[in-house]
Amino acid sequence: MPPTLMAERAAAPAAGTPILSVRGLKTYFRADDGVVRAVDGVSFDVRAGRTLGIVGESGCGKSITARSILGIVDRPGKIEAGEVWLTPGGGTGAPIDLAKLASDSAEMRAIRGKEIALVFQEPMSSFSHYYTVGNQIMEAIRLHSDATKQQAHARAVELLRLVGVPKPERRVDEYPFQLSGGLRQRVMIAMALACDPHVLIADEPTTALDVTTQAQILDLMRELQAKRALALILITHDMGVIAEMADDVVVMYLGRVVERGPVDAIFHDPKHPYTQALLRSIPSIMATPRTKLATISGSIPHPLNRPTGCPFHPRCPDFKPGVCDKAEPATTVIDDRREVACFLYGGGA
Amino acid sequence: MISFFVRRLLLAILTMWVVSVLSYVIIQLPPGDFVDTYISQQSASGSTVSAAEAQSLRELYGLDQPVWIQYGKWITRILTGDFGESMEWRQPVKDVIGDRLWFTVLISVAALLVTWGLALPIGIYSAVRQYSFGDYAFTLIGFVGLAVPNFLLALIIMYLSFRYLGANAGGLFSAEFELAPWSWAKLWDLIKHLPLPSVILALGGTAQLIRIMRANLLDELRRPYVVTARAKGLPERWVVLKYPVRAALNPFASTVAYLFPYLVSGSVIISIVLSLPTVGPLLVRSLISQDMFLAGTIVLLLGVLTVIGTFISDLVLMWVDPRIRHQMD
Repeated sequence: MPPTLMAERAAAPAAGTPILSVRGLKTYFRADDGVVRAVDGVSFDVRAGRTLGIVGESGCGKSITARSILGIVDRPGKIEAGEVWLTPGGGTGAPIDLAKLASDSAEMRAIRGKEIALVFQEPMSSFSHYYTVGNQIMEAIRLHSDATKQQAHARAVELLRLVGVPKPERRVDEYPFQLSGGLRQRVMIAMALACDPHVLIADEPTTALDVTTQAQILDLMRELQAKRALALILITHDMGVIAEMADDVVVMYLGRVVERGPVDAIFHDPKHPYTQALLRSIPSIMATPRTKLATISGSIPHPLNRPTGCPFHPRCPDFKPGVCDKAEPATTVIDDRREVACFLYGGGA
Repeated sequence: MISFFVRRLLLAILTMWVVSVLSYVIIQLPPGDFVDTYISQQSASGSTVSAAEAQSLRELYGLDQPVWIQYGKWITRILTGDFGESMEWRQPVKDVIGDRLWFTVLISVAALLVTWGLALPIGIYSAVRQYSFGDYAFTLIGFVGLAVPNFLLALIIMYLSFRYLGANAGGLFSAEFELAPWSWAKLWDLIKHLPLPSVILALGGTAQLIRIMRANLLDELRRPYVVTARAKGLPERWVVLKYPVRAALNPFASTVAYLFPYLVSGSVIISIVLSLPTVGPLLVRSLISQDMFLAGTIVLLLGVLTVIGTFISDLVLMWVDPRIRHQMD
């Protein structure tokens, strides 16, 4: 029998139980023309019932971080160093270091979809158009449990109802291209929840949706998180989504964590010049009309052409010549939940 | 769905009609007619044909009438199942073509199965293990297969099988069965002779289809839905076979459509080399001697088979791709 699907988990882990700890994760892509350090020493913790927001511009390594956790980085990407400690069963099992498991090993596959599930950015292209949504949901259920086809089908319908898909009995036999973008993202969430995971990684879950649908999807995720004590990793470039959803925030730039802290602290007292710049570039309804929105000068350097020293120094308003371009700043601990990697706050080697 | 079929069917009939007009026009294009060719053949062999004799021949075949009347008579007779008489063979076209049409279809289908059977696994392997030794090896073999003319390959294989296996690789039947009536033994003989010509005919198309499959699959392997499937915890083999391979299958369905014309027009030389009783060599001969009823019938039949092939490939595409299926609702 598959675990029955209910609004609430039978034994939900207490909120705040640490579920996933990432330590010094490094994922590199080695090609003929150089090494791309897509993820370069990332550390964070994810707790049951809490949301960790990972924010940064495109290409800063957010998605690769998510894929590294699950061991599904495309070639030639490879986890070079670091640890990914998962405490399975919602904090009850013995911790496993996922970074040590082979990517196609049975142990790793048992974790994917079962303990940690992913929700993707593009609900259109993240589904195959050759199979019904029911087929794609049932596949995950039947893979991780010994449910019969009928049981899996019933559960798929129930999941669709849970995420607010109207007429789930009919929708379950439809193809993804027959659904609207918002519905597709709901189905994607239903598929991720199919095996009752404890960790949900949502990679830009609302980026491809219009604003009204975005709000609905975020509400849904918050609701599901509360009911099931999900540990949620929310990856986005949208500071608004972070403000609304996250408990803790990790700010990434070129594969490195430049700042980490509780959401209030990040928004009200940003330390790193990059975080400050990101916050300045959010359009505000309070702003004087027809004033120019602040932007971060320059653009993200090419990954093969990384600046020496602090990777942000060419774009940084507080650039100190002879310091920032010479060495990479170390992480300065401000308090037990706050860290920043910048020479303004120490960061000396 | 029904309306789609009806529309397709009507279009197919229209296409066949156009094909029939075109084939008639094409065989009329070369200067002169069958009688001219006949006269020059006769004079080459020493005898002469009188003007009166030529005239009566022209009247016999209706060659003195305008083209469109000739076409009208021809197509009306075909609709009643009468394909006319071959001028060169002095026999009904039906008997001249005889079993050759079915052998052509048989060899084509066998070649198609070989093409799929080779191209599908090799294409998948080459894409999944891109730039591996195996990929390079298959790429090399594939390009050699594309570049070497098939008839040369046929000659080499015939030589090798004769030299080392003592077997005659030509033809579809052993000598003792050539003219024998159909029996189980004859069928078995046919089955034994089928692989070699099928493989030779299949090689060019296989090399091409491997490249198509590899390129398509490489595209599909990078799609987000592949990551989705992996993130569910599916084993890699399952991920690849269920999702991207399925999406890359469309060109396989399309091959049905262009197979017949390719196999018939592209395989004439192989058929001659391997002395296969297909319609290809017959078509060449009838065109040379301007045997218009025979040539016209063959061209028309090939056109019809192509139209049917296209229709089948549309059905297969509908079957493999739900998006096409649902567009019609």
